[in-house]
Amino acid sequence: MSDLLTVKDLRVSFRLPEGVIEAVKGVSFSVAPGASVALVGESGSGKSVISQAIMGLLPKAGVIDSGEILFRDPETGQTVDIAALHRDSAHMRSIRGGRISVIFPEPSTSLSALHTIGDQISEALRLHRSVGNAEALELTRDILHLAGFADARRALKTYPFELSGGLRQRAMIAMALVCHPALLIADEPTTALDVTIQAQILKQIRDLQQELKMALLLITHDLGVVANMAEEVVVVYHGELMEAGTLDHIFRQPSHPYLQALLKAVPRFGMRPDERLVPIREIRPNTDNLHTPKHPLPATADLDKPILIVRNIRKQFRIRSASAGSASNILAVDNVSFDIKRGECLGLVGESGCGKTTLSKILMRALDPDEGSVSFYDGHRDMDLASLKGQDLLDFRQRMQFVFQDPFSSLNPRMTILDIITEPLVIHGIGTHQERQSLARELMELVGLDVRYLQRYPHSFSGGQRQRIGIARALALSPDLIICDEPVSALDVSVQAQILNLLKDLQAQLGLTYLFVSHNLAVVDYIADRIAVMCRGQLVEIAPKAQLFSRPLHPYTQTLLSAVPDPNPDHLLDFERLMLDRASCPEDWPMPFTHHPDAPASLIEFEKGHFVRVVAGTRPEELVA
Amino acid sequence: MMLRYVFRRVLMMIPTLIVISVLVFTIIQLPPGDYLTTMVNELQAQGENVNQERVAYLREQYGLDRSGVEQYFHWVWGMLHGDMGHSFEHDKPVNEVVGDRMYLTMLVAFVTTLFVYVMSFPIGVYSAVRQYSIGDFTLSFIGFIGLATPNFLLALVLMYMAKAYFGTDIGGLMDAQYIDQPWTTDKVMSVLAHLWVPVLVIGTSGTAGMIRRLRANLLDELHKQYVVTAKAKGLGPIKVLVKYPLRMALNPFIADIGNLLPEMISGAVIVSVVLGLETTGPMLLKALQSQDMYLAGSFLMFISLLTVFGTLISDLALAVLDPRIRLDGGRNR
Repeated sequence: MSDLLTVKDLRVSFRLPEGVIEAVKGVSFSVAPGASVALVGESGSGKSVISQAIMGLLPKAGVIDSGEILFRDPETGQTVDIAALHRDSAHMRSIRGGRISVIFPEPSTSLSALHTIGDQISEALRLHRSVGNAEALELTRDILHLAGFADARRALKTYPFELSGGLRQRAMIAMALVCHPALLIADEPTTALDVTIQAQILKQIRDLQQELKMALLLITHDLGVVANMAEEVVVVYHGELMEAGTLDHIFRQPSHPYLQALLKAVPRFGMRPDERLVPIREIRPNTDNLHTPKHPLPATADLDKPILIVRNIRKQFRIRSASAGSASNILAVDNVSFDIKRGECLGLVGESGCGKTTLSKILMRALDPDEGSVSFYDGHRDMDLASLKGQDLLDFRQRMQFVFQDPFSSLNPRMTILDIITEPLVIHGIGTHQERQSLARELMELVGLDVRYLQRYPHSFSGGQRQRIGIARALALSPDLIICDEPVSALDVSVQAQILNLLKDLQAQLGLTYLFVSHNLAVVDYIADRIAVMCRGQLVEIAPKAQLFSRPLHPYTQTLLSAVPDPNPDHLLDFERLMLDRASCPEDWPMPFTHHPDAPASLIEFEKGHFVRVVAGTRPEELVA
Repeated sequence: MMLRYVFRRVLMMIPTLIVISVLVFTIIQLPPGDYLTTMVNELQAQGENVNQERVAYLREQYGLDRSGVEQYFHWVWGMLHGDMGHSFEHDKPVNEVVGDRMYLTMLVAFVTTLFVYVMSFPIGVYSAVRQYSIGDFTLSFIGFIGLATPNFLLALVLMYMAKAYFGTDIGGLMDAQYIDQPWTTDKVMSVLAHLWVPVLVIGTSGTAGMIRRLRANLLDELHKQYVVTAKAKGLGPIKVLVKYPLRMALNPFIADIGNLLPEMISGAVIVSVVLGLETTGPMLLKALQSQDMYLAGSFLMFISLLTVFGTLISDLALAVLDPRIRLDGGRNR
């Protein structure tokens, strides 16, 4: 037996006050030395519990009922059964952190804010190797450098909160690798990061894996990441092993129905325009009982006129720093202009901090812009958002609604679903009590939820169900335009497909217009008609999606497109190119995309409907070369 | 960076103290009349003759005939020079009236704070780490009793028990023969022998509250991701606990210094009366009753000063302990 790690018929259960929950029900797999194995599953599949069992880090209530976790240390050649070791025994502790290390998903919470990076990393070293303080710091500096810190010496003395999310995750990687473990468990290492950062971190893990000759157990729900990182794949569902095999086998000849379904549920690039995702549990919106629209368009309405016209929006935030005693300005939205046509879905794409949420808040008039105007056309007249007051503003609120990112915090846990869905109606004084109740029932059917759930509270619903409740609430006032701010980013793939299909169907059946904000290009590709790309507060490119994907012009759009891991082994990330590009930084954009205060840039039309931000005076022909 | 923070923090105390002094002065001036009218009324009620000329003389002497603003500045000016004003009731400068009592009060407050910390820290940590164990339940139960019992009641119970079972009087801060005597070794020993009763009585509820807070904070921290990270490095359970969550849970512990100090002093007034302590508490009560404005004002000012300094100390200690406050203070807020 030469495998590094062999998990045999592992069963883990949680002894909770409500009863015993079996989280892992007889899973077996093995990891060869130096191999990359991906453990794939949705939330609740037990994949994290398996990793906790391997690390001996199960919560108090978790118990390994039966099975073996055999770890064969390549340095000594001895085999230990981790499942039989006591969690806090000296032997287990020498393996944990020394021979098997782990990277956690959330870099912002997995490092202590009170200790420097250097202290936290060298601690592992001093624990497992007999090294002095100076030597430990020296080795820590080396590993930080390997993990991609430009100034590793300075990084030793920084605190985690002084670093960006990407750098924190690099520090976490350095901490896991400082003792040169034989096995690295990466538990959703990039889920909390932006796509371009994700690609960089994935490359870092791959490079270090080769350099240090260790095995990788990658735990993820993202099939795109799997396709790019793993050689072998193990699929788990509800604590049971569904299918295991090589990467090619899993992606090309999936035999288990769950795996087949999962692969069909993930949005990919290059889907046919009429191709539909197949969620594991499909819901069909039921519009049979739906009321007629409350805001019928007048016969005189100009249907070709954009429903929303945004011009030269600017928003600046002041950030005060008490320690430095000065204030600095952050330009969150910088001179952004675009139109949304009636009945279309405009996708707004960008990384965290690019200003897309600020922009959507301005469109809702939750924030006032410093400059610029937003104009809404309701079929009768143009409404200038900035000047709306009193009853006009209240009327406008009915025409534009919002679907929030986090379905857990956007529903009041102390209100029943009925109260939540009818609250907009109460605020706007629409209908009698009976009418509101019947409308709430219609809305529940519309989003595919049982009307009997109306008396329940949000905690009894899953993430996907909650998001459907959020959609029902947004639909209560029959708005024309709905802003969806990352509505599926907190959901599992299969549920994500369900919500995306629901949004698509609702758009078709109710004639809605969407502004769909997301960081996930594949999702936007699936749902949107046109896509706008934002970077550092600027709109850099806007085009119909086919053109944007076939002919991205702006360097930032190109980087963004090339950084998305596609769940397709034939179409892997080009890691080498990624590292050279620093396209998220406007200062590094080449001519004619240069960003400089002296050379004002603006959007020019490259081909019909395809705009790109370049320095004023650039001719479209110059861009092709 | 740190120096700047300290400087800013100390600078912020000045306006705070000014506002407090105005408030204190306004409050002690609020009741209608002044010390002299109260005195005159009392004398007349006893049927005695009041020499109006003498009253007018005294009124001028004490500056009571001047406007409130003038009196305020006079009072503040005096305080800045260490002159706390004149106590009408005792007809002595406030400094002399207060005398030893101030030191005794500070002693009681200091020892009580120490007692609270020393007692609550290990118990709080134990309760959190062994959550829902028999030890946790027992200690929590005792803690709740401590929280729910009024201090003065505890004082009465203790005094009764001492008298009934041991036949000793535990009231006061020292044996009667040492009161108003110069300090000697015997007097110090006598104070120390009496000290434990007020410390126990005043400190119990503080200890109980602190245990609850520390336990809750530590429980919050224990399940955070960074604790798992520390365990994943292979650290032993005790080292993990001490280095990471405990350090994080210390913040509220330290932040409480500012609240504890004045609580010990003002909260102990009734206890001091019950136990007959020679601290400032009973004197403050009396001064407020008889509108002895300078004496009362000085006490209130002293308590406020303690609060302000307590918060200063805890803020500085927090800055030393927590880099987020030191380096990030005020940003993103």
